[in-house]
Amino acid sequence: MKKLTALLLTGAMIFQAAAGTVMVSAAEEKVEGSISVSGSSALLPLAQDAADKFKEKYPDVSITLNAGGSGTGLKQVSDGSVDIGNSDVEAESKLEKEQAEELVDHKVCVVTMAPIINKELAEDVKDLTKDQLIDIFTGETTNWSEVGGPDEEILLVTRPQTSGTRALFKEFALDNNEEVSGSALETDDSGTLLQSVADNKGAIGYVALSYLVNNDTVSTVSIDGVEPTMENTYSGDYPVWGYEHMYTKGEAEGAVKAYIDYITSEEYAEQMEAQGYCVTAKMEVTR
Amino acid sequence: MFRKEYLWRGIITVCGILVILLTLSIGAFLIYKGSGTFTKYGHSIFEFLFSPQWSPADNSTGGGKVGAAIYIWGSVCTCALALLIAAPFSMAASIFITEISPKIGTRVFQPAIELFVGIPSVIYGWMGLTVLVPAIKSLFGLNHGYSVLAAGIVLAVMIFPTITSVASDALRSVPADYRKAAYGLGATRWQVIYQVVLPAAKPGILTGVVLGLARAFGEALAVAMVIGKMRAFPKNILSPTHNLTAAIASDMGGAMEGGEYNTALWTMALLLFLISLFFIFMIHRVSAKGGEADGSVKAGKKR
Repeated sequence: MKKLTALLLTGAMIFQAAAGTVMVSAAEEKVEGSISVSGSSALLPLAQDAADKFKEKYPDVSITLNAGGSGTGLKQVSDGSVDIGNSDVEAESKLEKEQAEELVDHKVCVVTMAPIINKELAEDVKDLTKDQLIDIFTGETTNWSEVGGPDEEILLVTRPQTSGTRALFKEFALDNNEEVSGSALETDDSGTLLQSVADNKGAIGYVALSYLVNNDTVSTVSIDGVEPTMENTYSGDYPVWGYEHMYTKGEAEGAVKAYIDYITSEEYAEQMEAQGYCVTAKMEVTR
Repeated sequence: MFRKEYLWRGIITVCGILVILLTLSIGAFLIYKGSGTFTKYGHSIFEFLFSPQWSPADNSTGGGKVGAAIYIWGSVCTCALALLIAAPFSMAASIFITEISPKIGTRVFQPAIELFVGIPSVIYGWMGLTVLVPAIKSLFGLNHGYSVLAAGIVLAVMIFPTITSVASDALRSVPADYRKAAYGLGATRWQVIYQVVLPAAKPGILTGVVLGLARAFGEALAVAMVIGKMRAFPKNILSPTHNLTAAIASDMGGAMEGGEYNTALWTMALLLFLISLFFIFMIHRVSAKGGEADGSVKAGKKR
């Protein structure tokens, strides 16, 4: 009798387990529908790559991605015209309080912002202290010879005032000192910025690490002796980093949830790092 | 037959009204969005137009500064320079097409110029960025080549076909009798062109110039790529500056909806709209005036 019960139990367990797998795989197959994403251009390359991989896995899902800027992304997710709004900054800073409260934040990854200079210049300038960096970006220092470089005029190449990259750089690299506006070239996007820095010997600017993965036309500069690398970001030694947010209105569900879960999954982590984004789960420090 | 008459008349009337409504509603929307700077955030129109202090707050509390003078001046400078460069070339080209060599002109030259019109502005911008900017840099020994000059040249190339085709149409519509009469009096070709054809076609030529100017003012992409976007008044034509369209394009996506920054950008859009309205008003004035002053041209056209 005892044997029979055990057998039955085991059988039931096996059946249950089997049923479980069946149910799981059924749930996986069920991921379908369409996802619309807009917002931050810094996050777009990652969102695009993740979307491609995600679609290979779940061919029934269609994903539409748009850049447009953090402000646009947050506004569109808040009024319901897209499912996911990408942003470099917290929703509270770009939306009214009531609107921001309706949104759910998913910190999908961490981006590291690195000061970059022209390759030729990098032979002499490898490291800047934070104070030197602040002096350069506020326009106090105007020649590289003042910070140990050659006699070359400093050319600032920056991003527009509303850019998330600029906001991060200002907060953590410049200790909230406002960049000088009358002598800096502004560029709409990081790609053009890279080009400008590569073309002009005295140029200094800043971009997200993800833009430097396949680019060796410029050089990064260490801040206070700490190189802007992923390892230094994980350990918390390098200070200029921030979360990239994917906001949904209310809790994410269905295909949208599956997509966000996929980006933050361990399965995707390696691919994420290969593109120059830091994995949130690996951070040893938080903000 | 009767029904068809009314049906088509109805369709065309509806289309016409829709277009008018569209223009009016765009204007109304821009006024609604753009007036916020003055009503909601309490800035004066004087500050917006003449102050160079630009630091609007990117939130809905406001309290920043919205002086757009640098942007406005940047737009004016680049467009004026573009016109200065393009106008002589356009005049020469249109005279060549209509008076000097009508055969080559209409078969080769005009189609070539018309081809120009179809080139997207991003291509002009990109060419400017890769050819013009480095060229200006090395030619003048500057730190970088982003400058009013680069923007002016790119814009000049862009408005050249517009001015040329409108101007050559105007020249062509000058009645042949005028020319024959002048030749009959013993005038040389140059005298005919300079003293008869050009004055008669003046309103049409000016229309072309204003149309070109309007295009230059509204162009965002190509200018944004070569102007350098430095928020300072240009010291000379070799220094970089910023302009209205580039400023709107670079900050519209990031600014908070309804915030002071966003509203100030809408005000700049409203300003651009008003400027283009002004240009259109000018075209009407110019052509009306031309008609009155030189009634004979009209009479000649009618025949």
